Amino acid sequence: MFDDRSPIYRQIAERIEADVLTGELGPDEQIMSTNQYASFYRINPATAAKAFAELVDEGILYKRRGIGMFVSPDAREKLRKEHRARFFSDVVDPMVAEARAIGVDLDDVITHIRKAQEEEK
Amino acid sequence: MNIEVHDVTLRYDRTVAVDGMTFRLEGPGIFGLLGRNGSGKSSLLSLLAAFRRPNSGEVLINGMPVFENPAATSQVCLIRESPDTVEHGWPANKVRDALELASKTRPNWDSAYSDRLVEAFRLPLTIPVTALSKGQRGALGVTLGLAARAPITLFDESYLGMDAPSRYAFYDELLSELIDHPRMFVVSTHLIEEVSRLLQEVVIIDQGRLVMHDEKEALEARGATVIGPALEVDRVTAGLEILGERSLGSTKSVAVYGDLDPEMLLSAKEAGLEVGALPLQDLFVHLTARSTE
Repeated sequence: MFDDRSPIYRQIAERIEADVLTGELGPDEQIMSTNQYASFYRINPATAAKAFAELVDEGILYKRRGIGMFVSPDAREKLRKEHRARFFSDVVDPMVAEARAIGVDLDDVITHIRKAQEEEK
Repeated sequence: MNIEVHDVTLRYDRTVAVDGMTFRLEGPGIFGLLGRNGSGKSSLLSLLAAFRRPNSGEVLINGMPVFENPAATSQVCLIRESPDTVEHGWPANKVRDALELASKTRPNWDSAYSDRLVEAFRLPLTIPVTALSKGQRGALGVTLGLAARAPITLFDESYLGMDAPSRYAFYDELLSELIDHPRMFVVSTHLIEEVSRLLQEVVIIDQGRLVMHDEKEALEARGATVIGPALEVDRVTAGLEILGERSLGSTKSVAVYGDLDPEMLLSAKEAGLEVGALPLQDLFVHLTARSTE
């Protein structure tokens, strides 16, 4: 999911999205400031601000004037939905292609997934 | 804080160093001035700092004409490759004296910060400025520029002689200064790869002319590299301006320039092609190589 060719602000946005998805960042939790992100990634604060602006547009973050940026209460559900919609094309299809390319039998893949499913139960 | 350059021309004898340049920078922020050797970077910066007077046109600093105007020049600090400090003919010509002079002439000089930088860059205080190595001269210049805390600070390749750890320390200082004491930094360089992450806007000049001025991200979005099977790559890049192409067997990599159609990008990705950003350095090489043809 990390693409080092994508613009740095997109990488930051994806990092925040990943933290929201795993629950690392909870609903209404405040995130670090643009300046803190800028220092950490060694980028211009304007670039970090672009990442935040993008996430506000997508409804993942909201802004409290003079205080900072917070995770929208429904951010996680929103992201899960989006990622679910892309799951087969983004994750499963490339996996199947890879399995074919390297000669892994799809039956073995299915058995592996079944095993994971049973361990879950 | 802002810098305005209105149709500025600077000539030396018959050479035109700056040729009818017009642009405006609005701070705070870190601005990159990129150009090849001899493109006019130093001449332009010396005009911004009123070290020189333009033959025609005008430079404004915070709305004020800068030439022979102390109210404007006191806002600007230009650091050139030579630190322009105690050197030739000064009775007291050591690094310590250079810092002392700056503390008396720079209205916002921060001595404690200067001490920290001297330590970070391992500057020897008791050595004459003329006896410093190239890297140490760079470090002295950077120290004089940063600790002056001038609202508009111009670094003319002053740091290029510094070694990599010192340059990276300088980049970190630039960022933390921008955050803690917001102001304008203009950094001229040809080490584009190293500084491009720090830059908010980029001004590219060539042969004394303005080639491009835009936000860094907008510039980077103007180009792309497309990699994949040659036939597919040719299909999606047809009709675009090709900057360069390389082939490896049946795989082809093409760098394209121009406002890219999002649908084209999507269809390229769906066709299994790798689409990446064009690094600022490549864009720079393209834009400045073209004008010498």
